[in-house]
Amino acid sequence: MNTPMVEIVDVHKSYGATSVLKGVDLVVNPGEVTVLIGPSGAGKSTLLRMINHLEKADRGLVLVAGELIGYRRAGKHLRELREREVLRQRTGIGFVFQDFNLFANLTVLDNVAEAPRSAQGRPAKEVYPLARELLERVGLADKADAHPRQLSGGQQQRVAIARALALEPKLLLFDEPTSALDPELVGEVLDVMKSLAATGTTMIVVTHEMGFAREVADQVVFMADGRVVEQGPPQQLLRTPAHERTRAFLNKIL
Amino acid sequence: MTSASFHATGDVVDTSGRRGAHELLALRRVPAPRPGRWLASAFLLVLLAQFLHGLVTNPGWEWPVFREFFVEGSIMRALGLTLELTAYGTALGFSLGLVIALMRLSGSWLPASVGWLYVWVFRSVPLIVQLLFWFNLAYLYDRLSFGVPFGPELVSVPTMRLVGPMGAAVLGLALHQAAYAAEIIRSGIISVDRGQVLAAAALGIPRRRQLSRIVLPQAMRSILPNAFNELISLLKGTSIVSVMALGDLFYQTQVIYGRNGRVVALVMVATIWYVILTGLLSVLQYYVERRFARGGSRALPPTPRQRLRAALSGTGKAAR
Repeated sequence: MNTPMVEIVDVHKSYGATSVLKGVDLVVNPGEVTVLIGPSGAGKSTLLRMINHLEKADRGLVLVAGELIGYRRAGKHLRELREREVLRQRTGIGFVFQDFNLFANLTVLDNVAEAPRSAQGRPAKEVYPLARELLERVGLADKADAHPRQLSGGQQQRVAIARALALEPKLLLFDEPTSALDPELVGEVLDVMKSLAATGTTMIVVTHEMGFAREVADQVVFMADGRVVEQGPPQQLLRTPAHERTRAFLNKIL
Repeated sequence: MTSASFHATGDVVDTSGRRGAHELLALRRVPAPRPGRWLASAFLLVLLAQFLHGLVTNPGWEWPVFREFFVEGSIMRALGLTLELTAYGTALGFSLGLVIALMRLSGSWLPASVGWLYVWVFRSVPLIVQLLFWFNLAYLYDRLSFGVPFGPELVSVPTMRLVGPMGAAVLGLALHQAAYAAEIIRSGIISVDRGQVLAAAALGIPRRRQLSRIVLPQAMRSILPNAFNELISLLKGTSIVSVMALGDLFYQTQVIYGRNGRVVALVMVATIWYVILTGLLSVLQYYVERRFARGGSRALPPTPRQRLRAALSGTGKAAR
């Protein structure tokens, strides 16, 4: 097998006395879609944020495409990378937030064009056509000059996906991308995500949309209390879960 | 819907059947009578008329003297100095204020503490005391030297040459202003949603660019009203430099009424200039705030001109 796209090894994290992750291991292969499910407080979002070093692990390693994230080996130490180096690593990892976090003061087009310009230093005349093309892809070409707050939640999230894609990342992370949306707007965002999955983008998605998991996921990972309880292909994990804990969770939400 | 008769305070209206409702729908809507409002308006108008009448007819205001000095040469030069001090005080004060705000927000304890200390000291010392201190710096250090710290000096100049009255005034105003500006800027920065920085970091946007492109433009929305407050307050506050015999607007009017005894007329000269300048700044504030309001809400409020045009073309309600 080739190098995994993501390799998480024995990751621990606590905030003060609260232990959020208690030793998580996970492997995601290139081109796969992994869906993380589990009750709130299970540590799904924390784990996701650790993959692009928005959260630091207390113990354990995160590797993306074989590259250690956030640290480098320096003799007998693991030395944390400088901010500039962390920022560079993040440009290869797209992140989509639950509450979009589009830059409120910039137009939709500038939101998409900002990171390629300032994080990758690419020239404007190359970036803006790319940004328009991405907006076209998420079906929002006509909203290029609008400001984020003039859009619906679903439209904002589609812009956020286009913004993440603008860096041409090798990996896309979604943190409950549809949880802040009105029910009738969820579909348009999931459609965009499905089309991305179909193009072979490696994705890790924290979500409660079981339909999406069943239809798109290559593997589903069930987490509870800071641990991975079980994982497997969706038909197996969602239909015939091996653990009582998983069964209880699925019964509650299905 | 019930078809029973319906009464709150007015008539008992029978809406049973379509005819009754049709009749009501055809009526024109008029606002409720507000006699109190009319009475209060009339009272205010009378007060206003009285005041204006007094301004015009009372010879004590000495309008001819006012006219003589309003744009007189020494007053204009003094006005220039006031504007100069305000401009320097604001520009230097807010630049230094930004640095101190960033120090206070720094994750490193030493800059954060120094920033806090600066704000504490310069908000504590009265401006007038500070000005006298800078003005008298030469008593404390008669020469100022620049060189390697604790090592050899490279240049040395007499303090008086470097920090004259004007230098002392600018220094004092700027350092004082910086402490307040720092707090205003800091409040603006912490009011920006944390998700904005998180998203910028996730996209790998460099720290400095996060600040200049994402955070500060959004912080401006809450910084600007306070900053203009400070600017206007500084404009009038510059009159404090008269303690160093610097000829600003207020000092110059004092000099003139000291000579001719026309106190009221000359105080009015200064007052009217301050009113005009504050008015100009308020207009500037409106447009600057409007510029930074982009993206803050769904649609920008119309400018007064747009509002006027809309009102004239009879679409006032639609434009709002």
